[in-house]
Amino acid sequence: MNSLWAVTAATLVKDIRLEWRSKDALNSMLFFSLLVVVIFVFSFDPLAEESRHIVGGLVWIAFLFAAVVALNQTWARELRNQVLDAYRVSPASANGLFIAKTLGNFIFVCVLEALMAPLFVIFYNLHVLGPAWQLIPVALLGTWALVVNGTFFAAMSLRTRNREIMLPLLLFPVSIPAVIGMVAGTTAILTGENSAHFYIVLLLTYDVVFTTASLALFKAILHAE
Amino acid sequence: MNSFKFLVAAYVATWLIHTFYIGTLFSRYRRLRQSLKELGKRK
Amino acid sequence: MKKLFLILAGVTALFLAYASYLALKVAPTDALQGDVYRIIYYHVPSAWTAFLLFFINFIASVQYLARTKASLQKAVQWLVLAIGVIGVIATFLPQVQALLPTGMRPSAVATTVVAFPAFYFLLGWKFPGDRMDMLALTAAEVGVVFCTIVLVTGPIWARPVWGIWWAPGDIRLTSTLVLWLIYVSYLVLRRFSNSAQTQIIAAALAVFGALDVPLVYFSIWFFRTQHPQPVIGGGGSMDPRMLHTLLTSWMAFLCFAFLVCWSRFRLELLKREAEQAEAMESLVGAGTAAKASVPLSRSAR
Repeated sequence: MNSLWAVTAATLVKDIRLEWRSKDALNSMLFFSLLVVVIFVFSFDPLAEESRHIVGGLVWIAFLFAAVVALNQTWARELRNQVLDAYRVSPASANGLFIAKTLGNFIFVCVLEALMAPLFVIFYNLHVLGPAWQLIPVALLGTWALVVNGTFFAAMSLRTRNREIMLPLLLFPVSIPAVIGMVAGTTAILTGENSAHFYIVLLLTYDVVFTTASLALFKAILHAE
Repeated sequence: MNSFKFLVAAYVATWLIHTFYIGTLFSRYRRLRQSLKELGKRK
Repeated sequence: MKKLFLILAGVTALFLAYASYLALKVAPTDALQGDVYRIIYYHVPSAWTAFLLFFINFIASVQYLARTKASLQKAVQWLVLAIGVIGVIATFLPQVQALLPTGMRPSAVATTVVAFPAFYFLLGWKFPGDRMDMLALTAAEVGVVFCTIVLVTGPIWARPVWGIWWAPGDIRLTSTLVLWLIYVSYLVLRRFSNSAQTQIIAAALAVFGALDVPLVYFSIWFFRTQHPQPVIGGGGSMDPRMLHTLLTSWMAFLCFAFLVCWSRFRLELLKREAEQAEAMESLVGAGTAAKASVPLSRSAR
């Protein structure tokens, strides 16, 4: 039961089951995401021509805030009933916990994105001028970039005084290249004006670099008191 | 010359920031010395 | 020690005054920009100093993390040595030299590469144990101060010269802003973390930040080539008197940064001493709870 994949699978299944049974985080997140979309619609007038240029940015800002709220919750669950302490004491692989948490967050945020994206299409009357299939790698790689660093920094923030605000404070600066990749890539695909190819490569590089760094350093973070 | 005031502003801003930071170093130093003195007295 | 500090402070003050004199009086007026260009004699040395300090923070953080395990420390030392040796040899190979941008001399690249192991081993020797972490904190804090100056003087220079305060997508300005944000978040983490392992957590964040820097640079570089940006001049060769003034100014600011770091380091030493004394007091004080000295210490709290 100590092997990496066994631990990962067990933790992931547990998280999904918990989430499915209680659904409180999912419901509140869904409503929050809807509210964010509506606020954007009122703030940025969706006239067809200009909107295609800014929607990339709006969508990812909305996803970013939804992801931060989701990330804050996932570790909080472990702190209750000293689950995290039990984990630290056990011989189970620390990286297994990290991968499971990251995958759980990734699935969660992807579900949110899948639900929010059609709202943007509707409210902003979007039709994609570039190769639409490229939106999928951009979305997946971008979400992973946010979630992998977010899970790591959320674990870091557990031992700080202002836990909830510390996560975005740490996450946003380091995520800037990923945000550029996501937003510029999405805008490139929506407007069809240039190729998103470089941005996909950028996001892939970012994901590889930071997944490796997180896996290398997570054990030290987990064992911090 | 209009752009001259920008030059002055930049130089003044630089030294203001440095002075401010060194000032915080001084006040932190003073506070530490004081708390160490208090600890010494209490012992 | 204190006398040495005062002497160095005096020398640095004179050096800075001399550099400022060169910057304002001796350096020739720029043909295009007029006198306002003299801001670069503060702006550019501050930037180079900030980058050097952030580099020191990165080296110190990596070493601090490596020191947590003896085997890891050995492995990292070999890796650093290998990077230095291979890097220097590589810059003299014709295939690698073809990749270098025009104007960049191989010897300059070799010197930069060799700086990495040189700093690593020098700092490792001079800063044992906890002092390495104190060095990391000092370098980050003073680096943020200098980086703030870069970000303040940059727009002040840009406004009269380009007509805009900020050029969105200008790669140097934007990269510097992100660097500033990363290190401010590092300092915030240090301040608000109440873990016993704050130092390790902060070192991990510093490594993340350092890994991010080249990614920031490339993402903005590509973004900029896609979108027309305000044409910002620069490049071309510099009048030798200007170059001399710039280098003198940099040396003066380096001496100044050294003194500030020294002061900050001593402050940190004192702070940890005070923390240890308080910890001892709460341990020893608890043992003497039954004795008569208690009312005094309780009211003092």
